[in-house]
Amino acid sequence: MLLLAPELILLATALVVIAADLLMRRKRKAELAYVALAGTVLAAFATVPLAGQRAVLFGGALVVDPFAVFLKLVLLATTALIILASVDLVTERTRWQGEFYALLLLATLGMLTLVSATELVTLYIALEVGTMGFAALVAFLKQRNASAEAGLKYLLLAAFSSGVLLYGIALLYGATGSTHLAVISQRIAAPLTMSQPAVLLALTLLVAGFGFKLSAVPFQMWVPDVYEGAPTPVTVFLAVVSKVAGFGVALRLFAGALGQAEGEWTPVIAALAALTMTVGNLGALGQGSMKRLLAYSSIGQAGYLLVGLAAAAKSATVGAGTTGVLYFLVAYAFTNLGAFVAVIVFSNQTGSDRIADYAGLARRSPGLALALGICLLSLVGMPPTAGFVGKFYLFYTAAAEGLVWLVGLAVVNTAISMYYYMRPIKLMYLDPAPSAEPVRTTLPLTAALAGAVAAVFAVALVAGPLIDTARGAAELLTVLR
Amino acid sequence: MPLLSAIIFLPALAALVLALLPARDPRTFRNAAAAATGMTFLLSLWLFAQFDVNNPSLQFVERVPWVPAIGFAYLVGVDGLSLPFVVLTALLSFCAVLGSWRVTLRPKEYFVLLLILETGITGVFGAQDLALFFLFWEVELAPMFLLIGIWGGPRREYAAIKFVLYTLAGSAAMLVGILVLYFAGEPRTFAWSELVGRQIAFEVQLVVFVLIFFAFVVKLPGFPFHTWLPDAHVEAPTAVSVLLAGVLLKMGGYGIRRLLLPLVPEAMRFFAPALALLAVVNVLYGALLCLAQSDMKKLVAYSSISHMGYVLLGIAALTTVGLGGAVLQMVSHGFITGLLFLLVGVLYDHAHTRDVGRFGGLVHRTPALAVVTSLAALAALGLPGMSGFVAEYTVFVGSFATFPWHTAVSTVGVLLAAGYMLWMTERIFFGPLNPEWHDLDDAHRYELVPLWGLIGVILLVGLYPPVVTDVIDLGVGALTRWLGG
Repeated sequence: MLLLAPELILLATALVVIAADLLMRRKRKAELAYVALAGTVLAAFATVPLAGQRAVLFGGALVVDPFAVFLKLVLLATTALIILASVDLVTERTRWQGEFYALLLLATLGMLTLVSATELVTLYIALEVGTMGFAALVAFLKQRNASAEAGLKYLLLAAFSSGVLLYGIALLYGATGSTHLAVISQRIAAPLTMSQPAVLLALTLLVAGFGFKLSAVPFQMWVPDVYEGAPTPVTVFLAVVSKVAGFGVALRLFAGALGQAEGEWTPVIAALAALTMTVGNLGALGQGSMKRLLAYSSIGQAGYLLVGLAAAAKSATVGAGTTGVLYFLVAYAFTNLGAFVAVIVFSNQTGSDRIADYAGLARRSPGLALALGICLLSLVGMPPTAGFVGKFYLFYTAAAEGLVWLVGLAVVNTAISMYYYMRPIKLMYLDPAPSAEPVRTTLPLTAALAGAVAAVFAVALVAGPLIDTARGAAELLTVLR
Repeated sequence: MPLLSAIIFLPALAALVLALLPARDPRTFRNAAAAATGMTFLLSLWLFAQFDVNNPSLQFVERVPWVPAIGFAYLVGVDGLSLPFVVLTALLSFCAVLGSWRVTLRPKEYFVLLLILETGITGVFGAQDLALFFLFWEVELAPMFLLIGIWGGPRREYAAIKFVLYTLAGSAAMLVGILVLYFAGEPRTFAWSELVGRQIAFEVQLVVFVLIFFAFVVKLPGFPFHTWLPDAHVEAPTAVSVLLAGVLLKMGGYGIRRLLLPLVPEAMRFFAPALALLAVVNVLYGALLCLAQSDMKKLVAYSSISHMGYVLLGIAALTTVGLGGAVLQMVSHGFITGLLFLLVGVLYDHAHTRDVGRFGGLVHRTPALAVVTSLAALAALGLPGMSGFVAEYTVFVGSFATFPWHTAVSTVGVLLAAGYMLWMTERIFFGPLNPEWHDLDDAHRYELVPLWGLIGVILLVGLYPPVVTDVIDLGVGALTRWLGG
């Protein structure tokens, strides 16, 4: 029971929030946020003692292993900060506060289960639990056309991609006779299997299905519109929590279970990585909206992560590629979170999302400008931030696995990305402000922003132990084979 | 006591304190910054005094593991190659703060950034781990961008962005080069001292050389990647120009000698003739451009390009004398250009123009400035008794054996330097006084302190070179040993 404590706590908190929402008076509903926050933090504390565990649950449907625990902690920590960042928007803009937090918690529950899943049907269900929550959250400000449109787009494409994924799962089951990753891993090991067209088709569909979830090019079309239209805290949730879980499960599936068939899918993932980072970074160059800029930026970042995924199943050094992805995920999660929270602060106050309106922010609100600047520099990969160590280590692992051409391309992309990440910094620091009025922030938002920025430095500072932990988690993944 | 780390991080620590100071008075910040950089300079002098000139290995080594999984450590130390630059950085940073005495626009941010910049540059010279080297190399970008972009001249934004994009393109290539180097041999490590003397396939060496050299040639700057330099210099505030020309450019020359020469020696030998050719182009092209400038600051900026050509020539020669001359030239150029930019800054503060053609006969109003400028010009053109002469002479002696023709052509650069330096001094200070300047003030005492200090150092090195050459030769001796003769 204790092994599932984090999930159960989240579920219980979601139910408590829904029930309390019915009983509470309107004015006090803002407190629901802190109930949700407390539940998330409690779940995180319940996760910590599981660190050394290697337990199999429900006949192999779920595991609690260092890999899952590592990702769960990241998911819970970022969710906690996102709840803090949502408080203002939810209190002011919507009547359905309880529903918002309940959906957020349930979607997180889906993500937690997802990174634990070792059986394809469980995996699919966990994914759908998350996706349904996301779809509702994206459309949460349904009075706003953009939000409703984004919700519909997300729902349609998520349904479509889930279908593709499910078809791939079905074919994989047909070819190997099992939905358990451990069994699939053994059956796929036989070289004969690879000649079966069914397996190849299954791999293709799985790559495509995950391509949608991870916003890999050419499956990225929905990202800018949905990121822009969704309420910003939900956008962060999509960009951070769903990305972390998505890459987690992709690692478990591809690098773990399908690791033996690495020769079949690695070139495809490598090609997707090349496309994704290039398209993402080039697309970001001309954006006028901050949220769209960050949307394209997150496509670019997904491209770097795919570089790591392409290296993850190669075996020159055990688990190095996976370690690279795991560490980069942590760095990316907090950095992106910080950048988005800064955007929330700014748009809550000014109602604007245009990059041009950030002009002179350093004069108006030095702290906010500094925080956003640090996060943007971390996204570029500037020292001494987490983004630097993350990128350095990711490129390092990819180079170690012989993907030097991909690393070269990633470096060129980094240089390109410098241009658009520098643009808001230039505006904030070098250009005159339209007004001297400071951009006011609130306590929860400040806490979320400070937490994220502190993490951006902390993750870099404790890179050694963190990478060791990630490596422990990663090596376990390959044992599964 | 971890002396070297103290020198590297004292400015950053001071920056943090400054950032938290609630004061509004600009004097508080500049005094604090002057105290911090002054203390750093004293510490660096102490380091210099403690340095054992008979011990060719790394000294003051400090090692803290950071990311053990990839052998990424905080590993710093100094040897004959890096020590002169650690001291130079500390000295020029101190001078830069003194040269910023009149900064009143957002003084807090200004001095904070200046101090972070010092930490970044010192770190580059102290790092003995390639990953750490790269880290510090990148640290310098953001403060430079803001310093040029906020406190610069009219076209500051263009200059700041150009600087960043050029440097970043270079460092991106360097990162790949460092990774290739890392994976080229066993056991894998970023530690410089373990990478030295490793046998690496010739083709790999060529790749590494091209990738890493790109970063350094941008920084140096070498033709045709020099165009960011005049823009950055002209727009940058005085203190930033001092640091930019005085030490930032040296990171390029230092990098070639630290990373390329000992780590990929065969590629270095292969490319040496090309470097020599590049050097000659730099010397002559930079000098010719100087002759056509009417903006003092631009003139000094282009003269840097010319003088960096000598550095490249000395390195390309791959002889003990040439390499020693190259380091000496870098150090000496750091003093001289720092001095020249400070002078430009003082004159601009007083007259609000840098147009050489608008001055004339200033000696009648500003005798002190005239004396200092004349001395600086003489130093820049390589007058015997000044550090520039020793340095350039050594470079020529060293490179003549290897590249006699290149050397012969390069000496024309010295003639041209005499031309543009004397011409500039003559037009500004001598002749009849332009009535526009009949009430121009001479330099204040606080402005003269760093100026005379630098002249003192230039004369000291010029008259008694062993002050620095003892240390430099130690580093060069080690270098030529790795080259195999």
